Amino acid sequence: MGRADARWMGRLALACLAAALIVGCGGEESGSGGERFHVGLVFDVGGLGDKSFNDSAHRGLLRAERELGISSEYFEPAHPSDREAALRLLAQGDTELIIGVGFLFTDDIKAVAKDFPDKGFVCVDYSWSEGDAVPANLVGLKFREEEGSFLVGALAALVSETGVIGFVGGMDIPLIHKFEAGYRAGGQHVNGQLRVLVNYAGVTGEAFANPSKGKELALAQYEQGADIIFHAAGSTGLGVFEAARKKGKLAIGVDADQSAEAPELIVTSMVKNVDVAVFEEIRRVVSGQFEGGIRVLGLREGAVGYVRNEENARWLTPERVRQLDRIQAEIVAGNIPVPTE
Amino acid sequence: MKTWRLRFALFGIQSLPVVCALCVAALLATLIAILLGVSPGELLTLLASRFGAYAWGQVLFKATFLTFTGLSVALAFSAGLFNIGAEGQAVVGSLACALVGLAAASAPAPVALCLAIGAAFAGGALWGFVPGYLKARFGTHEVINTIMLNFVALAAVNFLVTRYLALPETVRTAEVPAALPRLDSLLPFMHGSAANTSLALALLAVIAAHYFLHHTAAGFALRAVGRGMRQAQVAGIHASRQIVLAFVLSGGIAGLVGTNFVLGYKHYYEDGFSGGIGFLGIAVALLARNEPLAVFPAALLFGFLSQAGLAVNSLLPREVVEILTGVILLVFIATERLRRTWSQGTRGRLAHPGEGRP
Repeated sequence: MGRADARWMGRLALACLAAALIVGCGGEESGSGGERFHVGLVFDVGGLGDKSFNDSAHRGLLRAERELGISSEYFEPAHPSDREAALRLLAQGDTELIIGVGFLFTDDIKAVAKDFPDKGFVCVDYSWSEGDAVPANLVGLKFREEEGSFLVGALAALVSETGVIGFVGGMDIPLIHKFEAGYRAGGQHVNGQLRVLVNYAGVTGEAFANPSKGKELALAQYEQGADIIFHAAGSTGLGVFEAARKKGKLAIGVDADQSAEAPELIVTSMVKNVDVAVFEEIRRVVSGQFEGGIRVLGLREGAVGYVRNEENARWLTPERVRQLDRIQAEIVAGNIPVPTE
Repeated sequence: MKTWRLRFALFGIQSLPVVCALCVAALLATLIAILLGVSPGELLTLLASRFGAYAWGQVLFKATFLTFTGLSVALAFSAGLFNIGAEGQAVVGSLACALVGLAAASAPAPVALCLAIGAAFAGGALWGFVPGYLKARFGTHEVINTIMLNFVALAAVNFLVTRYLALPETVRTAEVPAALPRLDSLLPFMHGSAANTSLALALLAVIAAHYFLHHTAAGFALRAVGRGMRQAQVAGIHASRQIVLAFVLSGGIAGLVGTNFVLGYKHYYEDGFSGGIGFLGIAVALLARNEPLAVFPAALLFGFLSQAGLAVNSLLPREVVEILTGVILLVFIATERLRRTWSQGTRGRLAHPGEGRP
């Protein structure tokens, strides 16, 4: 066996060498051509196609392509350690702005931004903590999810007939607590007597992908008198909609317009306009106004809000919309403090 | 005088599976590209433009992961055991590596480093011991047990990390001071690449495993159990002890993945980092025919495939790499049979010239 193995190893090594040569012969031409401004976007593992957050970032990129005449490409890494690799491959080429989608990019994008000071970087949902110095060529985008949640909480309080509303969170972490805190405060801003039932699906990442748990929690909340439930739980929320269909009760979607998930029963959806934020950053770079730092986006910037369309007009009556507009104006003006915890 | 011709034929026959697999994969990749409206020329240009020193460094980095997990699977298979649990063993080993690294933060650097490396091995070995013991003691099937233990490991570690160990707003632990130097500190042209000196550890493990299996009595006993447990027992080999030993070593080697990620790359444990490297290790071991020395080249091949897939990701969806990986294995296994039959015939003619055909 021994000698055969050594030969075997040699043969595999030869195959690798051949691959190296083939690749090496290709020369050092650049992949993307032309004079156009080139933007690269990197998704996290399993990103694109989530009908929510990631797809929204992609829409922003496509809009920039249409309206600003940039060229673009995107990466979908297959392995977690490829996040940094994808950022670096883009930075080494002629890409001028590189966008990472998701808080997991925080460390990677900071390191790469330091290595390539003449390129621009954007991280969507950057997880910033006190004392963290952001490189001058990096923009960390953060969203005030609590402000959007405040508005849908207020709407839930206006729509509710029982005076009890529910909240189903995915993973029990500070990011999701922001949704809960805003929702509760919004509801109680409208109705001081309002009761808010709160449940989380779990403490692990699985909690965002467990529809049967979501259904179970939602059914229990409906049993306890809640007649409208807001979820911030990823695909666990699909179970909330299933419970709503079963009980004929109401629900509120999250991140994107989810009205198709339970027709006639979705009052509205709290949306995070990642596309607007991404487009805005690209526009800044193209027009030479790029500036690094942390950017916190809320109602004022139009980065969060709620869905209003023909289907939900029966809940969003003109009077209620006026009321919500007033609340929104007060939040923007800083007259209503919105809690995050 | 025909021996050189026979030898050449034997060489050709021996290389047949890998050559066939790579050719079919290359053809298929071209076909998929054309079907997706991408010209193969464009694809190669992009690939070449993105394969500088940095990318080759990444290939080495990925190959380090796959050498550990591939060697883990191959070693267990030498004892006739299917270790589908390298993923879980890698995760447990890596967390142990980070935790011990953190606990030993105040120790002198070389001591902390050795402790962390030892913890990576011990963590994986512990997770490998469980299915090994269950198999040896109760005869429960190791495939089911290792698959189930993957779920247990991933869920338990995820829980511990996100609930207790993670820094706020992250899914990672605090930073471990002990570190293996990156290769780019020795080879500056590789700047930024995650490849690090745990590669040397991986190669050392390969050589040690080869030596153990082929040049020691314990290794011989282990392989004897792999060839046939009954016969080995009749020959006086304590089979259940060998099974536990094989699983402990296999798990320990998978656990060393932690040295590449925690000590060499990120310097912390991050939830979800493993992303299937344990399962890809099975493919590596298969391509290496479970021989330790062939594991590294096989790992390089899959590392290259993965990095190449990333480089052309804007033209081809990442699923293409997974399809190619599967096709390479299928063609390889299919042609392995032919290789075995043909090479036996050729070997026979080499050994007994004059017999057979005139």
